[in-house]
Amino acid sequence: MTGLVFLEHHGGEFLKGSLGVLAKAASLGEAHAAVLGSGVAGLADQAGRYGAAKVYVVDDPALEAPLPQPRVDALAQIVREQAIENVFFAQSVLASDVAAGLAARLEAGLNWQLTDLAVEDGGLVGKQPALGDSVIVDVGWTQTPRLALFRSGAFDPVETGGQAAVEQVGVSFEDFSLAARMLEQLQEEATGPSIEEAEIIVAGGRGLGGPESFTVLEELAAALGGAVATTRAVVDAGWYPYSTQVGQTGKTVSPKLYVACGISGAIQHKVGMQGSAVIVAINKDPNAPIFEFCDLGVVGDLHSVVPKLTELVKTHRAG
Amino acid sequence: MKIAVCVKQVPEGTKRIDPATRRLDRSGEGALNGYDANAVEAALRIREGDGDGEVVLVSVGPASALEAIRKALAMGADRAVLVSDDGAVGSDLVATSYVLAAALEREGADLVLFGQQAADSDGAVLWAAVADRLRRPLISQLADLSIEGGSVRGKRQTEFGYDVIEAPLPAVVAVSDAINEPRYPSLKGIMGAKKKPQETLTLAELGVDPGRAGEHGSRTAVLALGAPPARGESRTIEDDGGAAAEIVAYLQEKRLL
Repeated sequence: MTGLVFLEHHGGEFLKGSLGVLAKAASLGEAHAAVLGSGVAGLADQAGRYGAAKVYVVDDPALEAPLPQPRVDALAQIVREQAIENVFFAQSVLASDVAAGLAARLEAGLNWQLTDLAVEDGGLVGKQPALGDSVIVDVGWTQTPRLALFRSGAFDPVETGGQAAVEQVGVSFEDFSLAARMLEQLQEEATGPSIEEAEIIVAGGRGLGGPESFTVLEELAAALGGAVATTRAVVDAGWYPYSTQVGQTGKTVSPKLYVACGISGAIQHKVGMQGSAVIVAINKDPNAPIFEFCDLGVVGDLHSVVPKLTELVKTHRAG
Repeated sequence: MKIAVCVKQVPEGTKRIDPATRRLDRSGEGALNGYDANAVEAALRIREGDGDGEVVLVSVGPASALEAIRKALAMGADRAVLVSDDGAVGSDLVATSYVLAAALEREGADLVLFGQQAADSDGAVLWAAVADRLRRPLISQLADLSIEGGSVRGKRQTEFGYDVIEAPLPAVVAVSDAINEPRYPSLKGIMGAKKKPQETLTLAELGVDPGRAGEHGSRTAVLALGAPPARGESRTIEDDGGAAAEIVAYLQEKRLL
């Protein structure tokens, strides 16, 4: 099986989720990569180190802004010219639009929200948690090309140290694909590791009571070497930036440790973090749903437990 | 300005997949997909700002979907078009976008609006497929939106911050649910909704190829249903002042510290 992976990049680096999907594709067969952008020739070489045997590079000023439609043109051309049977994406705002546009362009099946993929009887079977992750649906494709969007954090990148054959591709773009224009890109300021990259996440919900309480979470995250995440309610209230939101309308994360503080564990949040290896929950309300799917639950006041925990972790680290 | 808002009926309450058809059970009560209300609200605000124009709802679904669509009519939309046909049942993204694009083509709106996702399938992809079929510019995940000089402009929420994007009309736009607080239908709106024009079309009436709709037209399939893996043993303690120490001991046991 050969799979072409759309390698999304930001600020001159590949996104971890894309590299994870590349590793998955490499584990199932031969992984190829598509690197689309402007001034991305240097990036293409890096793709080999993460498992790509071949990299298709479209280096064009039309691809400078992270807009989906010119990327659909580029991928459609590569898929047709190379008779590619499988195209994989790590879910993101950009990649979802690219994948769906490509599905329409190629009349190709697209399955989304996948957490895993296997080769069975020469075909592919995807695992798709559905209905608030209460059901796992096995999904397939009736013909090629097959398109798949994987949840962020579904797979970890694997550094193979390999080298890829790089092929430059020239693309002609559709007029309508170039009609939308990026006027401005506003970055939210980032402190510490991003939640997609972090192996430990300390997350806060409405139970924090206000934006000032995030200091106690930031201190615990710093002591553990992790990142701070939030829930929808916190972001809607304007307490913390959207880029830290975990859940249905935010990111899906699967760190080694997820410490949920003042989070009730509503289904919308649960679907974004239940893939975490270990979940520790601290909540005042003994009936909070989070106690039904955490590994260690503490019924108590986070404002008392978390600062103590931070001190103990610091002492432990120092000792 | 003519605005088409794509809306969907989703099952209300606890959702289940019918093991026989492996499709979402749509036999019970249905409701307007909550995220679509944000798109309807955005359309109404544009129309109110302009002082004229038309907001038309476009949907694909069972005949009963008119019930859900009426909520959007009660909010203030002018009329509705529902494509309803047994031949469209079981449509995946490729098939749904084909049928929906045909219905939108027939309307020829200046702006096509979508809500940010479907509450039943968790899909957040349909607009991009529709935009490609209509060959129109696309902007998704807009947290605000304005129309100026024949263009639509707005702020797209991304993983990294905000992008400000502009596209000439006609265009396809998906709004995030952060864009507005949808209004509640007034009593007058509810009373008037039933009398607003509501057209139901079959695939034949729409003039589309039935082979490209429904299960025939789909390129994906549901193969099996399974239960999610169970988590291991879990334990809950009450904080009597010593919980922090217990957490540390637990993290050490799990080799996380």
